[in-house]
Amino acid sequence: MKNAVNREIPDELLVNGREVFQGSNYRDGIRYQKAAPKVRMRTSQLDSKVLPSIVDAIKAVEFKDGMTVSFHHHFRNGDYIVNMVMEEIVKMGFKDITIAASSLGTSHDPIAEYIEQGIVTGIQTSGIRGKMGEVVSFGKLKTPAILRSHGGRVRAIEQGEVHIDVAFIGAPTSDCYGNASGKGGKSDCGVLAYADVDAKYADNVVVITDTLVDFPNFPASIEAVDVDYVVVVDEIGDASKIASAAARFSRDPRDLLMAEYCAKVIEATPYFKQGFSFQTGAGGPSLAANRYLEPILRKHNITMSWICGGISAPAVDLLNKGLCECIVDTQDFDTVGVASVHTNPKHFEISTSQYASPSNKSAFVNKLDYVILAALEIDVDFNVNVITGSDGVLRGAPGGHPDTAAGAKCCIIVTPLLRGRMATVCDSVVTVTTPGECVDILVTDYGIAVNPKRPDLLEALQKTKLPLTTIEELRDIAYSIVGAPDPLPFKDRVVAILEARDGTILDVVREIEPLK
Amino acid sequence: MSNERRLKRLRRTMMFLSAQRPGLIKDAYIYGADSLMIDLEDAVAENQKDSARFSLYNALKTVDYRGTEVIVRINALDTPHWQEDIRVVVAGGADGLRIAKCETKQDVFTIVEAIEKAEEEFGREPGSTLIMAALESPLAILNAYEICTACPERMIGVAISGGDYRKTMGTKYYPDGYEIFAGRANMLVAARAAGVQCFDTVFTNLDDEEGFRKEVQLIKEMGFDGKSLISPRQIAIVHEIFAPTEKEIRDAEKIVRAWRENEAKGVGVFTVDGKMIDIAFIPGAERVIEMAKASGIYEGDL
Repeated sequence: MKNAVNREIPDELLVNGREVFQGSNYRDGIRYQKAAPKVRMRTSQLDSKVLPSIVDAIKAVEFKDGMTVSFHHHFRNGDYIVNMVMEEIVKMGFKDITIAASSLGTSHDPIAEYIEQGIVTGIQTSGIRGKMGEVVSFGKLKTPAILRSHGGRVRAIEQGEVHIDVAFIGAPTSDCYGNASGKGGKSDCGVLAYADVDAKYADNVVVITDTLVDFPNFPASIEAVDVDYVVVVDEIGDASKIASAAARFSRDPRDLLMAEYCAKVIEATPYFKQGFSFQTGAGGPSLAANRYLEPILRKHNITMSWICGGISAPAVDLLNKGLCECIVDTQDFDTVGVASVHTNPKHFEISTSQYASPSNKSAFVNKLDYVILAALEIDVDFNVNVITGSDGVLRGAPGGHPDTAAGAKCCIIVTPLLRGRMATVCDSVVTVTTPGECVDILVTDYGIAVNPKRPDLLEALQKTKLPLTTIEELRDIAYSIVGAPDPLPFKDRVVAILEARDGTILDVVREIEPLK
Repeated sequence: MSNERRLKRLRRTMMFLSAQRPGLIKDAYIYGADSLMIDLEDAVAENQKDSARFSLYNALKTVDYRGTEVIVRINALDTPHWQEDIRVVVAGGADGLRIAKCETKQDVFTIVEAIEKAEEEFGREPGSTLIMAALESPLAILNAYEICTACPERMIGVAISGGDYRKTMGTKYYPDGYEIFAGRANMLVAARAAGVQCFDTVFTNLDDEEGFRKEVQLIKEMGFDGKSLISPRQIAIVHEIFAPTEKEIRDAEKIVRAWRENEAKGVGVFTVDGKMIDIAFIPGAERVIEMAKASGIYEGDL
């Protein structure tokens, strides 16, 4: 059955209430019963929840075949937790395991082996990259992977579509009761926003830390009342890969050109007024837009009310300069973001539910004015792909992209027209991860296109000197330089389901042969 | 475009790019410079000249530069490279070439002779390859007028090359520009006397925006047509400083309109706002309007 972004969704997937995507607000306002975890009450005295090892924790939660385990990705490519825990589970002989992580990256390559061995049979994540992306794309995972946005993951957990048996939560600091924080310790990641829903909805919660601190470890992002056990290990991550050195503005002239266009687009559109809210992705041109915004803010004597999402130095800089009233933080990308959150009284941690979930009573993204995001591909219907590469292999992450695009009043996609020999603007993206109806403006190095659904924004931009064009024209330029891409040789079998934020099916990714 | 119009086109910004960097030369027109200056000389390592020529030739043959002028800086006459450079420039169909370290009119003749041969060899229209000369020494400055007038049908103009000029003058860069003032001024006078264009040298400290603005303001006031650039970041600043003011545009419009009306009536001399105007004022006024259009600030209908 074709869905609202014209993707053919196989009927066999449309069971147990699953529907095809029917527009971003198709499920707006529905009522639902929240899922709840099955937890153990404790009336007796207890000095400590600390267990000697991960193996002991696995035994203590009465781990069984077929269980679903969850992880967060605050440690990014420096994460040791996923591999450490999965190694023990596999060594203990368990099988048919589903990993439900907030995201997975190249540091998790060893999991690919467990998939090939048939031990890990389910993957639910936002990001999938490296070897894991390859083995899933090549059809080695027993069930289709389910890929969700950050907000969509919270929704799926809250609505009971994912039931987490054991959440393993890596924490830079924890006390003996499991009050855990993203601050301090050897593997400082700033916040633990993605793990909030895991702590509240998993049947069993195990906090793993390398820095045990005095009780109570307050303020705590993960509260001891939700935690069953605490395990202390030598290292939970590689600090140098958890938070990179301060994010610097790109010096690439192409990035700067696009960043300047983005800032001028914001200046010219109607939501640019005192107290607007703002988010950027972590890509070069998106981040650099901050630099061009500063003089524009000063020129008009305007300040922002809040910045949200993944935070790095440019956002902290705007906060410290008084150009932004506060930051609501769900992830920190660099040491500057990590150092600022909870330390600067105007830099707050929020949960992923607060940030982006479509299933609560309104998340921050719903109140966002501008978001600047990147794309691997964008098609003439403004549909964006941030998950599959030009070879059809899974190598990306929807992350907060679909959530912020849907929520923001003005969603700006910024991307170079070409990446090497690939056209970024194309007839039809390989995989739809963000529907075109949520995308308002495309900024490229070759010009700016406005979604025809937003004549108001087009009219505003026509009063500027910005190089306006159409998305079809951009595609034509791209194809005239590098040619139109050949169709990818996908097979029939579905290897991954792209879920829209509301749980409907936005697209599927099919099996592909490795390139010879 | 006729050769005469090609010679006189607007060249506020001429951006240098190394021919060795395909990622740059493939689409550098997106930054909006008036001219691109693709370099085969100093930016290309001695043992990479062949590969740079190869990249350049293929770029010239395949890339649509969308109206942006493409000029190639070739290696100097005292190198073994310049003949092959010229063949590539002409075969690829670049708009023109920049003669590095040009010191005498004989240097121009030598280059033009090689261009003529190449135009014949590759079936290009004779005279279609324009030239400009980089003046990099005191001798070059003293010979500026002869160089400017050596080949009127191909000569765009002259550019002072600050690095080598300062070196041969026994000085270095100073923010006030006195060290290069004599060179700039003499070259400018020669270029204007010969009726060709005149371009200033590069400003190399990308982090000193204030210094750059000061220098651009200075050369604009002196009467230069434009400036060589090393980064896309410098383009907008030059265009901004070279852009005429609103009053300059209004005055230019009045002059052009009045001229058209009076010319139709057979009147050669008239007054606008109390000032005497004759045909001598028309090219200047037209240039202001052209500049305003190029700067994206012209909203009139001339």
